[in-house]
Amino acid sequence: MSEAAANQASESYLSRGWRLRDWLFTTDHKRVAWLYTVSITAFFFLGGLAALVIRLELITPEGDVVSADAYNQLFTIHGVVMVWFFLIPSIPNTLGNFLLPLMVGAKDLAFPKLNIISWYIYTIGGVFTIAAVITSGVDTGWTFYTPYSTQYADRAVVAALTGVFVVGFSSILTGINFIVTTHKMRAPGLTWFRLPLFVWANYATSLVMVLATPVLSATLILLILERMLGIGIFDPALGGDPILFQHLFWFYSHPAVYIMILPGMGVVSELITCFSRKTVFGYHGMAISILAITVFGFLVWGHHMFVSGQSLYAGLMFSFFTFLVALPSAIKTFNWTATLYKGKLIFSAVMIYALSFVGLFTIGGFTGIFLASLAVDVHVHDTYFVVAHFHYIMVGGMVTAYLGGLHFWWPKMTGRMYPEIWAKVAALALFIGFNLTFFPQYLMGYAGMPRRYQTYPEDFQILHVMSSLGAGVLAIGYLLPLVYLLWSLRWGKRAPPNPWRAAGLEWRTDSPPPKHNFLEPQTVTGPPYDYDTIDNK
Amino acid sequence: MTTTPSTTSKAAPDEQFDDLTQQRQADLMGMWIFLATELMLFGGIFTAFTVYRFAYPEVFAEAATHLDLKLGTFNTALLVTSSLFMALAERAVNAGQRRKTLAFLFVTIGIGVVFLGIKGYEWHHEYTEKLMPILGLAFEYPGAHPDRAEMFFNFYYVLTGLHAVHMSLGLVTLSVMVVFTWRWRDPSRLGRQIQINGLYWAFVDVVWVFIFTTQYLLRA
Repeated sequence: MSEAAANQASESYLSRGWRLRDWLFTTDHKRVAWLYTVSITAFFFLGGLAALVIRLELITPEGDVVSADAYNQLFTIHGVVMVWFFLIPSIPNTLGNFLLPLMVGAKDLAFPKLNIISWYIYTIGGVFTIAAVITSGVDTGWTFYTPYSTQYADRAVVAALTGVFVVGFSSILTGINFIVTTHKMRAPGLTWFRLPLFVWANYATSLVMVLATPVLSATLILLILERMLGIGIFDPALGGDPILFQHLFWFYSHPAVYIMILPGMGVVSELITCFSRKTVFGYHGMAISILAITVFGFLVWGHHMFVSGQSLYAGLMFSFFTFLVALPSAIKTFNWTATLYKGKLIFSAVMIYALSFVGLFTIGGFTGIFLASLAVDVHVHDTYFVVAHFHYIMVGGMVTAYLGGLHFWWPKMTGRMYPEIWAKVAALALFIGFNLTFFPQYLMGYAGMPRRYQTYPEDFQILHVMSSLGAGVLAIGYLLPLVYLLWSLRWGKRAPPNPWRAAGLEWRTDSPPPKHNFLEPQTVTGPPYDYDTIDNK
Repeated sequence: MTTTPSTTSKAAPDEQFDDLTQQRQADLMGMWIFLATELMLFGGIFTAFTVYRFAYPEVFAEAATHLDLKLGTFNTALLVTSSLFMALAERAVNAGQRRKTLAFLFVTIGIGVVFLGIKGYEWHHEYTEKLMPILGLAFEYPGAHPDRAEMFFNFYYVLTGLHAVHMSLGLVTLSVMVVFTWRWRDPSRLGRQIQINGLYWAFVDVVWVFIFTTQYLLRA
């Protein structure tokens, strides 16, 4: 290789080309990761804004900030945006896109063109849906339950459904890309049980994306056809069953919960082991638990329907399998704790995020067990107890893990360090604000406050006010990183290749990495997370 | 990026791969996973159909007799034959026979078009019989329980329609393959592409067999 060519090869992926087309037509997985990061951040703040207005409305028992109609549209926007345009793509398409090829020692994903196409599909579908929801006001909630969505909601439901349907393809393309890359493009010596848990988690997530998303697509097609062409598959007048829609919808949307949480588990495993300076406790158990959650996740959708009138025996089985999911989840939680045990803990901002995740995920998981019990669920179904439960998993779990991971790999992605002290403040604001927002919701839900209501009895006001205050603190926890991470892009200290002295192939290359990730082909000779060897060097 | 001149790139893998074997394996695996997603897509609708088929067995069996079994059978035979020619095209391209590849691709496409034509004729026939409950068209079903029968026809149109969409997409990609074969620039890459198209075509074929069985054959 000539000297000029060698220089070009070692040049960072960020320094080559800053024209618009160098970004919009890139096939570099690292640049596509950035495109996704920009998109999901925009969607996240939009969905967050809707939540803030909801919390503002709920400070008083009367409906005074927005109309009842607008309130319904607000929680629909919040749900649709956060589930489909933030949580599902969040970790896989940003950190996963950036890191998966690096972690397996590959030059790129298997199908780089599909990768950039998936971003276009996602962004165009997302903007289309938002435009439809905002301009004409879809008020079905993110679940689009029939017969309301098919027969009564006379607004842009079809447009919203089409947008969500289109975005589904981006999940599918990402899933195919990750699975094939993990199977076919691992560096020599990188056996399955030497893969980082982050790769395992994204691999399992991809399996769910690939197997569950098409069922949602089919269901949405049926809804669209019913509304547009009058092909009434769920129409009771033709002997159709609206409950069948719920079955098909949750067949996707429950596994989708694992699309949202598994990558977070993968991130946290990486963070905890690094900042405990210890190998992951029970690595094999961790990897197998991820797969077990994936498999069980497909068998529990009926627990969303305990009070829908489905057969009691079906309810029993769904309840049983839901309890089973607790086993691998508990294995993971215990293993994170055991990894911490006797570790040399470093309480960096990243570690605060990781520990927050473990605590909040545990609370969210425990309350999930209450909800899995048939009788208890009858009491708390469709109350704020459920709202609090899944926000503990989705926000306390996934968003915390996402932010933790973003900080951890920020030096690798940008070549810059962020200000540690501000990151600690943000991580603590997130933890405090989150608990203040959502713990009161457990209490009011258990006392009978139903979800999706704009007005409520005065008895609940104190809890609602606490929750709204918490939302303000939480907003600080989100806005701070936006400010100082952007600040660090220009003024942050330059990052060395491995600022955390972490294990993993991604830390063997420059920060930021060159276009093809590694200048030399990588080989792997030992297990992952060998922190004893790293620290004794 | 190391851009090699197109004349020497004849048998080079794409830049993210180490060699051609790895690329071929990755491409095929990607297609198989995509077919798994397609299976789940149709699977969801077949599941819904099965639920109703068990709920209203007599009405559905009776309604199925209003479909044209002869044309359906003929179409099934056509589609299976087209898959034979698709497989022959794969063999031909791997053997480096450009003209044969072109011929087999043309036959495959031709049969596909005839299939869609017959399907369209069937739909038209059902439309004139007033058995097409779409867009508020009159549905005048002569047997008992016209409402449940309408549900059967709803599924019939969803499944055959979705299948026709898949076939049309397949015909488009096969036409692109015809152009690529015509040019014959990179036979190794073309071989991969035609093999992947062949997988898709076979899948569309298999789905039809299930549609034929559940819609036409399960009759009173």
